[in-house]
Amino acid sequence: MNVTIVDYKSGNISSVINSFKEVAKDKVTIEVTSDLNKIKSSDKVVLPGQGSFKSCIDALNKIKGLTDTLSEFAITNQKPLLGICVGLQMFADIGYEETETKGLGWISGKVSKIDNQGGKFKLPHIGWNEINIVKDSKIFRDIENNSHMYFVHSYEFVPNDKKVISATTDYSTKVVCSVEKENIFGTQFHPEKSDKFGLKIIDNFISL
Amino acid sequence: MLKNRIIPCLDVKNGRVVKGINFVDLKDAGDPVEQAKIYSDGGADEICFLDITASNENRDTIYDVVEKTSKKCFVPLTVGGGVRSVEDINKLLNCGADKVSINTAAVENPKVIIDSSKKFGSQCIVVAIDAKKNGDKWEVFTHGGRNNSGIDALEYAEQMEKNGAGELLVTSMDRDGTQVGYDIDLMSKISSKVNIPVIASGGVGNLDHLMDGIKLGKASAVLAASIFHYGKHSIKEAKDYLDSKGIPVRI
Repeated sequence: MNVTIVDYKSGNISSVINSFKEVAKDKVTIEVTSDLNKIKSSDKVVLPGQGSFKSCIDALNKIKGLTDTLSEFAITNQKPLLGICVGLQMFADIGYEETETKGLGWISGKVSKIDNQGGKFKLPHIGWNEINIVKDSKIFRDIENNSHMYFVHSYEFVPNDKKVISATTDYSTKVVCSVEKENIFGTQFHPEKSDKFGLKIIDNFISL
Repeated sequence: MLKNRIIPCLDVKNGRVVKGINFVDLKDAGDPVEQAKIYSDGGADEICFLDITASNENRDTIYDVVEKTSKKCFVPLTVGGGVRSVEDINKLLNCGADKVSINTAAVENPKVIIDSSKKFGSQCIVVAIDAKKNGDKWEVFTHGGRNNSGIDALEYAEQMEKNGAGELLVTSMDRDGTQVGYDIDLMSKISSKVNIPVIASGGVGNLDHLMDGIKLGKASAVLAASIFHYGKHSIKEAKDYLDSKGIPVRI
């Protein structure tokens, strides 16, 4: 089996690569590429994302055919895909960071700034927070409710259909921090930086 | 609920830890990778490396350290010391650092913060402020505390938030190394002034100081070196203590 981490030249993905390689050991091949054919032929895809919603979408669009290839992989062929942080946010129809930007539109909804109650809460939301698991998700196998995960973000994904939400976290509001829609998975937190439990989530995704 | 972070900091010189854990059972007490791993296994919420390599020819040693550590530790890794340019930040991130802290360059060339936060995202840009009290205000020092820029630390903190810093690492130079506790006044004033998280640093001598930094200093995270290094307290002890005092920590 092989898992491809999409390298679309946006942000720092070395921690994602390290964590997947650590979990995969020798049983799974981890590819890091933006090569369309390699993505098409992989069994699973990881879409990381750092920086702003706009900068990530712009970077995806810069590589000709990449968004179509990803849509074909996740929507047409329904193969497993995991979005991390802005990688998850890009599933939305639209994002409002920097300026209004069209997303991939895989899970209907929007990405807007966390309501920090007029400055009562610091932004970015940085650090370890507990996840409230609200739906049985395949990537949460053997993950206890209220496990701590590492977050760093100022924007949140607000899906229209609440049934896709698999976990939330309590900050200034209940922030959506994980989604699952059929073969599409996403975490707002960083499993690659969330120690043992984070690595377990990565293992669960690889073992799907 | 978001937890307050406990961050042990290791001073690294020429690729070796110079102020670190002093345990007898360590195979190699100078190996930053081994020490970072002990901390992350012990529950550290983040690891911080401060590169204090003086000579330019040994500068590259830190990249090797970061690369090896990031393959063993799966908690956030912050690296600072001698970071001068967007290219330096890029290199550290590529080696596996999650955040880079910038001190002197942020004072001398504000564009470094503006450009790097745009390029890599604010989440990985930490501005380190070394502040020293002068009368009723604090001034920002650069070059490892050698030069006084004369800049007011509170105004500077606000400016750095505007420039794109994701966090501020505030060190009181008056307190650093004294073990008498953080400069609470400085921490709480800066924390109230900005809307980004503040990491308190400089002066921790006991566990109550960590509590004070969070409770009174309003810091989101507390950084300490010596109390962890010399086996005086483990990360777990620190967290259990804070937990017993009602401070939210990850246990």
